[in-house]
Amino acid sequence: MMEKSGQRILMGNEAIGRGLVEQHCTLVAAYPGTPSSEILASVISFAGETGATIHTEWSVNEKVACETALANSMAGRRSAVAMKQVGLNVAADPFTRATYLGVTGGFILIAADDPGPHSSQTEQDSRLFAHFAKAPVFDPSSPRESKEMVAEAFALSEKYEIPVILRPTTRICHARQNVFCGPSDPTGQKATFKKDPSRWVATPQFLTGLHRLLNEKLDRISEESIFYPTLYAGDGSRPRVCVIASGVVFAHARELLAGLGPSGKIDLYQVRLAYPLHRPFIAKIKEEYEEILVLEETDSVVEMQFADARIRGRNSGDVPRQGELTPDIVEEILRKFLDLPTNPVDQPSKRGVRPSLCAGCGHRAAFYAIRETFPDGIFPSDIGCYTLGMNFGAVDTCHCMGACISQGAGFYHAYAATGEKFPTIVVTIGDSTFFHSGIPGLINAVFQGARFILVILDNGTTAMTGHQPTPQHGILADGKSGKKIFIPDIVRAAGVSFLRETEAYDIANVATMLREADAFIRSPEGGIAVVIARHPCIVDRGARAAQTVYRMRITEECIACRACIEEFECPAIGFDEDQNRARIDPNRCIGCGVCRNVCPVEAIIAE
Amino acid sequence: MNQQIIISGIGGQGVLFITRILAEAAIEMNLEVLTSETHGMAMRGGTVISHVKVGDFTSPLIRMGQADVGLFLHAENLDVHRCYLKPGGLIFTNATGDGGITSIDATGLARKHGSIVVANLVLLGFAVRQGGLFCDKAVAGAVLKRISTTAKLETNLAAFGLEG
Repeated sequence: MMEKSGQRILMGNEAIGRGLVEQHCTLVAAYPGTPSSEILASVISFAGETGATIHTEWSVNEKVACETALANSMAGRRSAVAMKQVGLNVAADPFTRATYLGVTGGFILIAADDPGPHSSQTEQDSRLFAHFAKAPVFDPSSPRESKEMVAEAFALSEKYEIPVILRPTTRICHARQNVFCGPSDPTGQKATFKKDPSRWVATPQFLTGLHRLLNEKLDRISEESIFYPTLYAGDGSRPRVCVIASGVVFAHARELLAGLGPSGKIDLYQVRLAYPLHRPFIAKIKEEYEEILVLEETDSVVEMQFADARIRGRNSGDVPRQGELTPDIVEEILRKFLDLPTNPVDQPSKRGVRPSLCAGCGHRAAFYAIRETFPDGIFPSDIGCYTLGMNFGAVDTCHCMGACISQGAGFYHAYAATGEKFPTIVVTIGDSTFFHSGIPGLINAVFQGARFILVILDNGTTAMTGHQPTPQHGILADGKSGKKIFIPDIVRAAGVSFLRETEAYDIANVATMLREADAFIRSPEGGIAVVIARHPCIVDRGARAAQTVYRMRITEECIACRACIEEFECPAIGFDEDQNRARIDPNRCIGCGVCRNVCPVEAIIAE
Repeated sequence: MNQQIIISGIGGQGVLFITRILAEAAIEMNLEVLTSETHGMAMRGGTVISHVKVGDFTSPLIRMGQADVGLFLHAENLDVHRCYLKPGGLIFTNATGDGGITSIDATGLARKHGSIVVANLVLLGFAVRQGGLFCDKAVAGAVLKRISTTAKLETNLAAFGLEG
């Protein structure tokens, strides 16, 4: 057990969690998504250590999380909501109005961006969203700073009664650093909601006034001296040259300039509040500097607020308009800006291994059955581990959380419109994604008369982001028990009359159900058929310990057709060139035994 | 002292665990430390890399050609991540063969300790004993003792090269 205060190694997300606990936040709601997922878990863990009373929840989606936290703030209590950047798209509706109405208890929305992207469907810049929604946004450059900014964000939020965004990026969220952890005492903010219909119910007649008030708040924030960017002064040899940077790119630039010797000794400014950019700072930079380079991820938020054609950045073509600004890229930009020779670096001679569904994953068995049953099917899918079904042709689309069900309907209407026989559309969605935003799509698809098969891949968890519980578990974020909400009940309530449930490993049974489902959707009374294919995520040790383990072997009967490698894509099956047959890697095989079903000559056997 | 280390492997090999041991070891030695990790989908068996920077740094990422030490849990990753190493940088690899000062059959030895999962600790213990890292066996071992769960303590220490 570590000491209560002192230096500790914290991941950026843990530093944010620690900051929320130390700052007496009373409610934190989140939906998991890389790179933000560890924030809520660390709030729970630090609250346990310090005895703080905090309501924590894995909400079903980011919109719900944001609304729940906003009401807690309306009741005068410090609140936070955490999500990945695309989660802010989901929470956009409550959040954009929240800036107009303002908040009472300090309110922080943490939107973790993913330049690169490493694990996301877009590279969007949440600071640009903050500009659009008119919310101040902090841009931390280290885990340590992300914790400090939690305190600053609460103070700013309460001073101006405005929601504030804290925008870390992947390289902050998943960096670790020694961070000072201070003491924290249990909190005692009482809920005190003051009724004020002209504010909390604000009908259009009040909005212009609220908008004016919001603009005035932003004007005053942009004059706050504490947000004047920090200067790391050069040696004065090039007084008209400066670099302005924010976020982790500032951290890269600072280290790189220090390594460039005398040429690197130019003025470097760190922008901590990216919007609204400090107005007197803008004026001073325009007046004092001639050559100005702006470095920021992922879009041009600081650069845009200068509105100055002299700025070198994305608009001038000096900074790439897409992709992560890695230190190697920043070095090249800095060298060009400082008229230094560029330093070409060795690039990797080979790309890494792509990720795959784990050996023994139940999704693989279900996908195999789907693709084998409907070789000409259309397979819309969604976001989660199961997107990896694309590796073996079982996933044709992946768009945004919950989209697959509505897309299944859209594909049906597209083909049905011509009156010809429509292809079988098999939609796959994970259990957590179904809860997140699949339900409205299902209700709509049923109501609009779409015909397709929906396979819910139920592994009992939110696997890809680190096994957060879903409502079906009946386990709350802090481990206490809650009411179980069952997916089959929801499916029936959505008006679905064909529902089958099966063990995902049982490929033959899944295939039988799929054929029945296909007959149903094509029958006169047909509509949407739902098959729930269950197998617990085998990354969960308990689940794995509970299942039979087979010792798998490939016999001499193997005809080297590679069907097990290409069509099943289990990471434990490879090809032994010397023996000219498939080979099972005993280090990676978990002995699920499913591959017995995929060999055309029955050369895969369980001993 | 300043040291930049990359740890390369595939998802599930325990790259994050040894990253954490090194970071905690730096704190024990009162050194500043920054690390960067791979999370998310790549952890499902894809190629992963951690960066560990001990000393006077502000960026969590290591540039190409700047790492002092590379720990390779998956030998095939040499072609992918060797470019991070500076000329003359030390490389420790989990590989079968006749061994030597830079490679060790960590997976094979881990199996003898009862679990291939601890190959990461076999490789880390090897690199520490070879004097390749900023921390010595006592410091890294103390961290391992502190952060291991009771159930795994004995296996972890044995794999690392310490008696329980």
